[in-house]
Amino acid sequence: MGSNRKAWRGWLAMIAIGVLVSACTQAAPVAPASSAPSAAATAAVTRGQGDELKLLYWQGPTILNPHLSQGSKDQDAARPILESLATQGPEGTPIARLAAEVPNRANGGFAADGKSITWKLKTGIKWSDGSDFTADDVAFSWQYQSNPAVAATTAAQIANVASVEAKDKSTILVTFKNATSNPYQWGVGIVSAILQKAQFSAFNGANAKDAPGNQRPIGTGPYKLKEFKSNDIVTYEMNTLYRDAAKPFFKTVQIKTVADATIAARAVCQTGDVDYGWSLNLAADQLRPFLAAGSKCDNVAAPGASTEQINLNYANPKIAGDGRSEASNPHPFFTDVNVRRAFAMAIDRKTIADQIWGGLTGDVTCNLLNQPPTIRSPNTASFDVCKYDQAAAAKLLDTAGWVRGADGIRAKGGVRMEVLYQTTVAGFRQQVQDVIKKSWESIGIKVELKAIPAGVFFSSDVANPDTSAKFFADVQEYGNGYGDPDPEIYMSAYTTENIKGRAAQWRGTNYNRYSNPAYDALFVQLTKETDLAKRKDLFVQMNDILVRDAVVIPIAAFLRPVSGKAKNLKGPIANVWEGDLWNIADWSK
Amino acid sequence: MARYLVRRLLISIPTLLGISVIIFGVLALAPGDPLSQFANNPEVPEEVRQRVRDSLGLSEPMPVRYVKWLGQLLQGDMGFSFATRSSVTELIFQRLPNTLAVVGVAYFIGVAVAIPLGVFTAAKRYSIFDHLATTVAFVGFSVPSFFTGLIFIIIFAVQLRWFPFIYDSTIVVRDLGSLFQQVKQSVMPIAVLTFFYAATLMRYVRAEMLEHLPQDYARTARSKGLRESAVVRRHVLRNSLIPVITLVALGLPNVFTGAVITESIFSVPGIGQLLILSIVNADTPVVMAVTFSFAVLVVFFNLVADVLYAAADPRIRYS
Repeated sequence: MGSNRKAWRGWLAMIAIGVLVSACTQAAPVAPASSAPSAAATAAVTRGQGDELKLLYWQGPTILNPHLSQGSKDQDAARPILESLATQGPEGTPIARLAAEVPNRANGGFAADGKSITWKLKTGIKWSDGSDFTADDVAFSWQYQSNPAVAATTAAQIANVASVEAKDKSTILVTFKNATSNPYQWGVGIVSAILQKAQFSAFNGANAKDAPGNQRPIGTGPYKLKEFKSNDIVTYEMNTLYRDAAKPFFKTVQIKTVADATIAARAVCQTGDVDYGWSLNLAADQLRPFLAAGSKCDNVAAPGASTEQINLNYANPKIAGDGRSEASNPHPFFTDVNVRRAFAMAIDRKTIADQIWGGLTGDVTCNLLNQPPTIRSPNTASFDVCKYDQAAAAKLLDTAGWVRGADGIRAKGGVRMEVLYQTTVAGFRQQVQDVIKKSWESIGIKVELKAIPAGVFFSSDVANPDTSAKFFADVQEYGNGYGDPDPEIYMSAYTTENIKGRAAQWRGTNYNRYSNPAYDALFVQLTKETDLAKRKDLFVQMNDILVRDAVVIPIAAFLRPVSGKAKNLKGPIANVWEGDLWNIADWSK
Repeated sequence: MARYLVRRLLISIPTLLGISVIIFGVLALAPGDPLSQFANNPEVPEEVRQRVRDSLGLSEPMPVRYVKWLGQLLQGDMGFSFATRSSVTELIFQRLPNTLAVVGVAYFIGVAVAIPLGVFTAAKRYSIFDHLATTVAFVGFSVPSFFTGLIFIIIFAVQLRWFPFIYDSTIVVRDLGSLFQQVKQSVMPIAVLTFFYAATLMRYVRAEMLEHLPQDYARTARSKGLRESAVVRRHVLRNSLIPVITLVALGLPNVFTGAVITESIFSVPGIGQLLILSIVNADTPVVMAVTFSFAVLVVFFNLVADVLYAAADPRIRYS
């Protein structure tokens, strides 16, 4: 036994030494990031002056070809490498990238008939492998993106693009099927990323998945790929052939994947181990401590184009069988505008938004369209549906003939006012559900809550009864928005044409089964209107109809991207229309 | 023995086929869609998503997909991942070293710590050391690893700044410096897992020892005049370890399939993390490959455990 005891002591001693050694070497912590010295801020940036830029994402990039991407994390990871003709600026106006300038009516690039646009490319641009970038690459990228066999996830952007042709080495002609007011539907943003023809031409078909370039694309951007392990890490090194000789600033860039936003927030705001944490979409009261005094990070955020909203069903979800939530079966009470308005007025959206998003991740709104500011309706503030007034809501229901029964629940003609209110499983949504349930119950509405995993709720699984498209409930809540400053497609979700029920396997975007000839007429007018000022008016009018009639009850507009940046990192600018790394060429320390 | 082995191997074929049918069926019936990230994005409409689904082969009926999958598997091809559009085998081998370096090492240390601890606490039953060790072990297997992991991160990474809490898989051990970095970043995940493994196993060893210590053969050994340490080491320990060997062998598949929670908390890009991400993204081929490999390993190590059992205990004969 004695020898055993000695061995034990030896082990313990070794462990103790190990701990001490690691403790000592860490005794001198890295100096905390002090406020950026102003001298450095004004000093000219030179290429490769900085060492490593470390970014954390809590969704792992899995593929670096944006046309096959499965989400913004993939598109973001491709952005240091791949570029497009122009990028959408934070104000919703394009900024030239591979193009020499952004064509418009004034410079004659955008044809007067609205049917074509001509892009001039910058000259002398090289791919990071040393070959020349030409208009052929641009035309090829469109062919690839529009090839049905490739099955690009970016294919919808180009529905109205008839062709993209290389007129000469540096001129691109984009022709549209129908005259348009929005000539930037192709060419602007990462969804129109330009791939190298030499790298992808053999994979322009059903074999697209086999392209080595999906994992290792060659690009024209400020950085080129060094190493990529899907769902784990992407490392980049500076592209020495990048067209701006002074950029990029960092020698290497690293995107590391972590499990959740809390870990990312801890690393960028508490320990300062990294420079940037992507989309820290935590509840406001969880995020606040990370941004409090002594924090090592700043919140990168701007009002976004995505709205948390409550949608009311015009069809009856309580019918069993094939007629359930079909447009032909009207809802027992939501077809009455006064009932809908009462539901809207009974919601204290200001308190909800302050509690849950607190101005950090979202702000209260009564508009469906919040971005760009030019199309945000100034009228809704005065609408009665936008004001919280329980008494008025109760009175509206009384006048509409819905009176409280013995159990306190309103009823009319034997129909009780009972609603099933569904949303996705997400902490904050269940909080919103609870608050609204209390509000509605206090005016005599019986509310049953249901929470569905987001993967099911948003899926198009025909066999599943819980999808948002089927809308087998009276009320549903979710957040959605649009990625183009011109939300024409987004507003099509309330047109009669888009009501698709069982017969069409619920493949329509009008989940509310809302049908209003006046709205449809405005939408038709919108599709034909090419004058930008008039389009803005139309968007405001359509927004006002949906809000005033309480088809949809907007709660809050999300801020974007709510990412954390180290205090000494310069360059990140919140851009609602593009991913976080849209201007990574300009980032420096 | 050889005939027994052949028979066992043959039996494992229908077992594995059955397992694969069940996993495939569950995955096919489970809700989820590899394009769910786009589901709420009006810029990726249903037609586009359907075309992508067609290109991934998801529109075919389940039995057809299963037969295709099995056909590929028999040729040694585990298919391609929906998310990365690259070979699943490649993905798994990219991550296996990280899992082995963390989970494997933790398991090894766990076993190495648990056996002497279990023996010692049994031999010195009701001593202060025994009380202390069993209490710690009790905590070890009753507190979930996501909690210990979080506590470790807050104390050692955020407060004391001793260790990093984000595992860097790009570190290549070339010299002392990089070795030190690798050790430093592995300390916390390995500690969390070791704590759990050692705690679980230690209690088994202790219980086995306690069962054997008062038995007749131990008393005989003592009455021959052997010192207690020799009785424990040569007689009791050997008999007590027989069931422990089985337990250790059956735990080995976990070393290859990773520790889902611990890997996620410390951002270790291992197999466990791959599995959870693939489930979330409905990346069926990857989930299929990982779970099926797990099934193969479990069947295999069951066999290994049985063989080892016979080797350790001469009373057991297979024919």
